[in-house]
Amino acid sequence: MRDVAVLSFAQTPYKRREASRSEVEMVMAVVTEAIADSGIPKGAIGFTCSGSSDYIAGQAFAFVGAVDALGAWPPISESHVEMDGAWALYEAWVKIQCGAADSALVFAFGRSSMGRLPETLTMQLDPYTLAPLGIDAVSLAALQARSLLDRGGVTERDWAEIAVRSRRDAMANPFAQLRGESEVDKLLAEPYLVSPLRKHDCPPISDGAAAVVIAADDVARRAGPRPVWIRGIDHRIEPHQPGVRDLTRSPSTSLAGRKAGAVPERLELAELHAPFTHQEWILREALGLGEGLRINPSGGALAANPMMVAGLARIGEAAQRIRESGSGLALAHATQGHCLQQNLVCVLEAE
Amino acid sequence: MKPVTSIETPTRLEYEFTASGAQAEFLENIARGRLVGKRCPRCEKVYVPARGNCPRCGIATSDSVDVSDHGTVTTFCIVRVPSQNIELDPPYCAANVLLDGSDMPFITLLGECEVEDVRIGMRVEAVWKPKQEWGPTFENIRHFRPSGEPDVPVEKLGAWV
Repeated sequence: MRDVAVLSFAQTPYKRREASRSEVEMVMAVVTEAIADSGIPKGAIGFTCSGSSDYIAGQAFAFVGAVDALGAWPPISESHVEMDGAWALYEAWVKIQCGAADSALVFAFGRSSMGRLPETLTMQLDPYTLAPLGIDAVSLAALQARSLLDRGGVTERDWAEIAVRSRRDAMANPFAQLRGESEVDKLLAEPYLVSPLRKHDCPPISDGAAAVVIAADDVARRAGPRPVWIRGIDHRIEPHQPGVRDLTRSPSTSLAGRKAGAVPERLELAELHAPFTHQEWILREALGLGEGLRINPSGGALAANPMMVAGLARIGEAAQRIRESGSGLALAHATQGHCLQQNLVCVLEAE
Repeated sequence: MKPVTSIETPTRLEYEFTASGAQAEFLENIARGRLVGKRCPRCEKVYVPARGNCPRCGIATSDSVDVSDHGTVTTFCIVRVPSQNIELDPPYCAANVLLDGSDMPFITLLGECEVEDVRIGMRVEAVWKPKQEWGPTFENIRHFRPSGEPDVPVEKLGAWV
């Protein structure tokens, strides 16, 4: 295996509506910044991979348009996943492991504000038996939350505490969208949005983009920034049909964590891509993360949930924090699909 | 029990498009009958419809540039299959047109000519809808038609052919 490191990370401030920049212009800003911070000249980057969804833009081949942000002339080696950018990073990592490139640019973008996001996400479901029922993303998450309450061991108060902590941590994150002090009792006095979920249990709708540059071995060591090494990365998927899963558990996260070599006791922090409060609880259990571990110092997806970007941003945030603190291991997690259907775990180490 | 052989599952998603600065400027101008592109400060190429960035250089475009509504066919395709949202009866011609003053062709429809007569290098002009129907949309131009100007020699179309 080749040693591959995260060299740089850039993100836009996340907003309810990005009113003045196109997707291409958002991407150009973060890509330019990430490349400059990586220390690798733009022309020397061997591979580029992006993550986005044309359903978010409401435009066929919107992902191709994003290449306009790169100045891709002469032509570059480039690919795309119709997934969160964390999976674009995985593809780039595989490309580097294969020896096809020594460095890669990964980016992700989305302006969810243009559509009606919960309905847009319904398009991910089985188009014959489930999508026509019109069940949306928040309702499915609520079914999962209800199953979890029925299983026992967790309460709506536990979830409200996750919301309070996320918004408080987001106060130190200039890119976050939803931040501030809140009180558990006040949150619990709010009406249900979709029972048993209240508004604070759900993520904000966010527009934004992010970019990461990764590189291997000596290219990473010589580039300039202190490398944050990817010690393990793995992703696993569960059945498409939510009805055949135990929604209260996340075996795909457990397996990905094991394959990525995550050892909870050795971690400094974890950035979990949990768009709903109860999903953080499921993920912690799946990964065996103890009470003392620092979770989502960025505020996580409850503070900003740019579709297709939030997973990649977890990897970027985790890498940046352990680079700044100087040493240690961090876990970054990304999810995709309804009710934590597919999960990626990445273990990072700063030297 | 009768087997189900097919089902219909109609789907509709609505979007509210938010134009960027460059896109908004282009749309505001075309609502007044002007075609305004954006120039790259590095390679000086002009893009119509206007873009906020240069796809070749990966940097922001700067100056706004008025371009002509006359142009040249750089490539084309004869369409013989009807489709929704296109008023023209088949066969009709979809063509890439390079406007005078612009450096990037865009795809549009040709009308008011026999498809057999369309050729690379043919000169065309925009056919605008009546002024009272104009809005902030490229649809203000109904289609392009031959302008009758002499053809541009293929070798002068450079990289586009």
